[in-house]
Amino acid sequence: MNATIIQAVNDAMHEEMANDDRTLVFGQDVAESGGVFRATEGLKDEFGAERVLDTPLSEIAIVGSAIGLATHGFRPIAEIQFSGFLPPAFDQLVTNASRIRWRTRGELTAPMVVRTPYGAGVRALEHHSESLEGAYSHVPGLKVAIPSTPHDAKGMLISAIRDPDPVLFMEPKRVYRSLREDVPEGTYTEPLGEAAIRREGEAVTVISWGAMMHNTLEAVENLGVDADVIDLRSISPLDRETILESIRKTGRCVVVHEAAKTGGFGGEIIATINDEALMFLEAPVNRVTGFDAPVPLLSMEDYYLPHPPRIEEAIAETVSY
Amino acid sequence: MDNSPQSISSTPIDVAVDSVSQSDVEIETHRVIHPDGSIVADRVPDLDDDEFRDLYRWMLLQRVYDDRATKLQRRGRLGTIASGRGQEASIAGSGYALSRDDWVFPYGREASMLVMHGLSMRDLLLYWRGVEDAARTEGANIFPLSISVGSHVPMAAGKAWGMQLADEDSITFANLGDGATSTGAFHEGMNFAGVLGVPAVFFCLNNQYAISLPFDDQTNAKTVAQKALGYGIEGIRVDGNDVLAVYNAVSTARQRALNGDPVLVEAVTYRRGAHTTSDDPTRYRSDEEVEEWKERDPLNRYQTFLEETDRWDAIDEDAIREEVEREFSEAVDAADAFEERGIEDIFAYLYAELPPELEHQLEEFRELLEERPEMYEYIEQRPKG
Ligand SMILES: Cc1ncc(C[n+]2csc(CCOP(=O)(O)OP(=O)(O)O)c2C)c(N)n1
Repeated sequence: MNATIIQAVNDAMHEEMANDDRTLVFGQDVAESGGVFRATEGLKDEFGAERVLDTPLSEIAIVGSAIGLATHGFRPIAEIQFSGFLPPAFDQLVTNASRIRWRTRGELTAPMVVRTPYGAGVRALEHHSESLEGAYSHVPGLKVAIPSTPHDAKGMLISAIRDPDPVLFMEPKRVYRSLREDVPEGTYTEPLGEAAIRREGEAVTVISWGAMMHNTLEAVENLGVDADVIDLRSISPLDRETILESIRKTGRCVVVHEAAKTGGFGGEIIATINDEALMFLEAPVNRVTGFDAPVPLLSMEDYYLPHPPRIEEAIAETVSY
Repeated sequence: MDNSPQSISSTPIDVAVDSVSQSDVEIETHRVIHPDGSIVADRVPDLDDDEFRDLYRWMLLQRVYDDRATKLQRRGRLGTIASGRGQEASIAGSGYALSRDDWVFPYGREASMLVMHGLSMRDLLLYWRGVEDAARTEGANIFPLSISVGSHVPMAAGKAWGMQLADEDSITFANLGDGATSTGAFHEGMNFAGVLGVPAVFFCLNNQYAISLPFDDQTNAKTVAQKALGYGIEGIRVDGNDVLAVYNAVSTARQRALNGDPVLVEAVTYRRGAHTTSDDPTRYRSDEEVEEWKERDPLNRYQTFLEETDRWDAIDEDAIREEVEREFSEAVDAADAFEERGIEDIFAYLYAELPPELEHQLEEFRELLEERPEMYEYIEQRPKG
């Protein structure tokens, strides 16, 4: 099947709802209208109103009730319409979802998925462009997965649904429909916690995830640099080994993300490299990020995102250091 | 021995336990002009003829604004917009009951009330073009639109608290939808307002839908107004398509709020357009329903009143229409003439003083744009701001 990310996400839910009748899908506008991005289209027709539900405008209750359902043997998939509206429910993720297993010494668990489109570049209003993955990665007990391709979106979402722990599944909405790829029919999984190598090279390691993965690949292409390009796919847990192995080979690294620089996940990657592979480095690790400012409204939005020339500049600098 | 009950007896217990349910609460929907055109004469507000005309004008302005803004959006000259079509009586009637000293916390559909309250239409249009400067609301007591639904309710309570502490004779007025009444922020904000007894009016435009979700699935409560009781504040339910009734309701609520009794007003109306220009309402509601509400058009309802009370003849509808059309055109021209901004705008106003790291990020970006002009190729053309 040739699919976009949004179709792959939709397909993953169709598969898992058919595979496991404990799976439920709920959130704002997911049933009757198929979700504002149409990620849940067709699910209600196929699986019925008891398993596919429109909820009130209540982020706290959407995430909180998913935890309750999950502790009761269900496999909830909750949609938060835009990640910018997740903050009210952050409390539920931090206070309950991420620590119920730890708190009850394994007696209760919360195998649930919170799906949410994130990131900038779609001409949206305020609070529709956030990339707060760094903040979520900081919550112990919560997994944070971010696919960047249709193939991974489907395989990783199925893994997330089957995962015994809570997973925040962040979908790069800017590339929801802009790329297509062959996606296998039927059920398959892509592991959480394993990075993917998108290109192999010797000169430099470039690391990214989500929508920025595509700007990064374009930059590497434009420069014609012999780069190892790593798509992190999960930022929690982090696949340290793939990163370190690549650094030991190339000795140089650039991290690219669209979230604000300060406290962004790039900092964590750089710290990991310093901890484990400092002696292999031949240049300081560089990063290209969003600015330490909210994403501007649509008239200036595109100035915010790390576009290929910005990424090229950083790679060239690192390579020639 | 373990004496704890293992199961509950199925024999009903015959003791009198009182309960209260929503069927115990009867809430009248306040009306002045009934849908059939009949008028409750003693409820007609004490306005002069110019004011009655003004009210009509503000409703018409809302209609024209929504029609034309929607067209501009389709031509790519505005970003996504939210229309107030069908809600003109609620929007204009509530705005007309406020004082310019009151502080409005808008939601996003209420163009005419914001213009009435001192916002320039140019800035409103610029806002929908994604220009931050437009949220400055220069010279008008208006907060930025609350895009995160319900998030403004506690803030409006706090601002009202401040106004009370400062001994001011004005209120905060928060616009919200029925969807917002399901959020945590709404509940906490209402509770706070009740406990503190602040001068705040929470105005819920119950337009029957929150994107695709009908009111019946939004809450198990029969009305929004009755929710007020849970917080110990007053609730009013009003026909939101009856501009005079809305004016009465908000005037009354405002008066009570000034006395330290916050009020939740529910205006029962209907959103006749799409949720926003990115929404397709045919996916979740029927044409018949839309038709039914078209029959209850707020402008027609008010026009009937004006005719019945011999005020219509003195109103030159064509002149009013021409006037508001011109106002809109001028606002578009002014928005078009708005100067392009620089990248500094991304960094501005985040702190009172630009911290060194932000200064550094700005400088670096500026240099890069100079060195790599092809960067602009990656920067799409946005609606002209
Ligand atoms: C906290 C939050 N969650 C979700 C959204 C996405 N969203 C925008 S408007 C809307 C529906 C709002 O409905 P309502 O409050 O009834 O106002 P209406 O648009 O019907 O006037 C939703 C779900 C949002 N903006 N904020």
